[in-house]
Amino acid sequence: MKGVLPTDRRGVRELGAEDLVGWDEVTHGVVLNSFDGIVEDVAQVAPEERPYSDFNSYTATVASWRVIKPVYNRDICIDCQNCWVWCPDTSIISRDKQMLGIDYDHCKGCGVCVEVCPTNPKSLLMFAEAQEPEDALAKWPEKKKKEKK
Amino acid sequence: MAITSIKNLKEFSTVNERFEGAHLLCPGCAHSMIVRELMNATDDNLVISSATGCLEVCTAVYPYTSWDTSWIHIGFENAASAVSGAEAMYKARKRKGTLKDPDAPVKFVAFGGDGATYDIGFQWLSGAVERGHDFTYICLDNENYANTGGQRSSATPVGAHTTTAQAGRVSYGKKQKKKDMVAIMAAHGAPYVAQLAPNKWKIMAKGFQKALETEGPCFINTVSACTTEWKFDPKDTIHITDLATDTLMFPIYEIIDGHELNILYRPKNIIPVEEYLAAQGRYKHLFKPENKHVIERIQKEIDEKWEYLQRREESRV
Repeated sequence: MKGVLPTDRRGVRELGAEDLVGWDEVTHGVVLNSFDGIVEDVAQVAPEERPYSDFNSYTATVASWRVIKPVYNRDICIDCQNCWVWCPDTSIISRDKQMLGIDYDHCKGCGVCVEVCPTNPKSLLMFAEAQEPEDALAKWPEKKKKEKK
Repeated sequence: MAITSIKNLKEFSTVNERFEGAHLLCPGCAHSMIVRELMNATDDNLVISSATGCLEVCTAVYPYTSWDTSWIHIGFENAASAVSGAEAMYKARKRKGTLKDPDAPVKFVAFGGDGATYDIGFQWLSGAVERGHDFTYICLDNENYANTGGQRSSATPVGAHTTTAQAGRVSYGKKQKKKDMVAIMAAHGAPYVAQLAPNKWKIMAKGFQKALETEGPCFINTVSACTTEWKFDPKDTIHITDLATDTLMFPIYEIIDGHELNILYRPKNIIPVEEYLAAQGRYKHLFKPENKHVIERIQKEIDEKWEYLQRREESRV
């Protein structure tokens, strides 16, 4: 890349002769680094220990998308990890085969985790975004008995 | 070299995720389920190229990226060309000894939507497979151009309503059959071709591992239920995918070396296709009395396809 290029009144860059490149030169597109510095083998580093850069969407949030949110009930959970495998937003925090909770910065409130939860009653349920988790846990439904046919 | 254990879900869940949240895909989108599954199925370094489409647009919104691996986006059509170029360069530099860490395992993966695979990138994909680069191409098949407002693509099935094949007084939606991309790629002689679905996570993870391990071009068509354009509630993504695989709308099978066909999932009870169609808004016009013949046609085509797959599996040709 060659120096800072002149811009017009609106801040749009004008193409000049110095912008033209030869057939054997390369102009870079936009490069966003996921991490500050070098991470040797990302697959071996736990998310908590990674040096995320400001460009990584991990540092962003989509919490404002939600109207309803999933609430997690540790007492009923059997750690089957169904919610983990099907969460589209990497929002189920699961470490050492244990489900730890929900990452509310990245959850969009789609409700897939509640649908795939196999326990009775479900250990994840959707509540209004404004509901306090303690109130939600107090309202948890009782175990449903199987209806005899 | 380590491959993640997928014996059971608990062991699978111990992997360190490399696809970050806060991308801008719709709530309940199956694209990110499939991408997460692929990236979790391996510990190797990944070089990924994405064709233009929902996935690319939503995971790389400036100034953010959701990828913790090498990732490139160039054009709508050339995801396969880009990744084959990267693969050729990797091989050349390995031969010349200019790589920093020549023993580190690297896998090359291209993602494309059905528009980028079935229509726009078809020629490029065909070329890359013919040249025999060592890469895996994954098609996220949501059966329309969802990123631009749901236009019809050649992956759209018969009878579906899209913005450019509208259902109304004179038409019942798309009239043409869906292109059989899996058969086309198998006809290229690719060493591993498969059709997989995210609701069967184990079959899918195994398929991905097999494709990544196989040397040569591999093609995987994955069913990606689209809440926005198929018109269903975001929470039902897995339920709809279950219906798709159990009605045999999307049979799950693999083709090895272009001839050895294995059916990977046989539903215990095959559900009539009406149930799958009724669950989605894009098919609701088919339940009018004058469109009854379309449902019959869809069911007939599904039965024929299933019969064909079973016979192919038996005959091993």
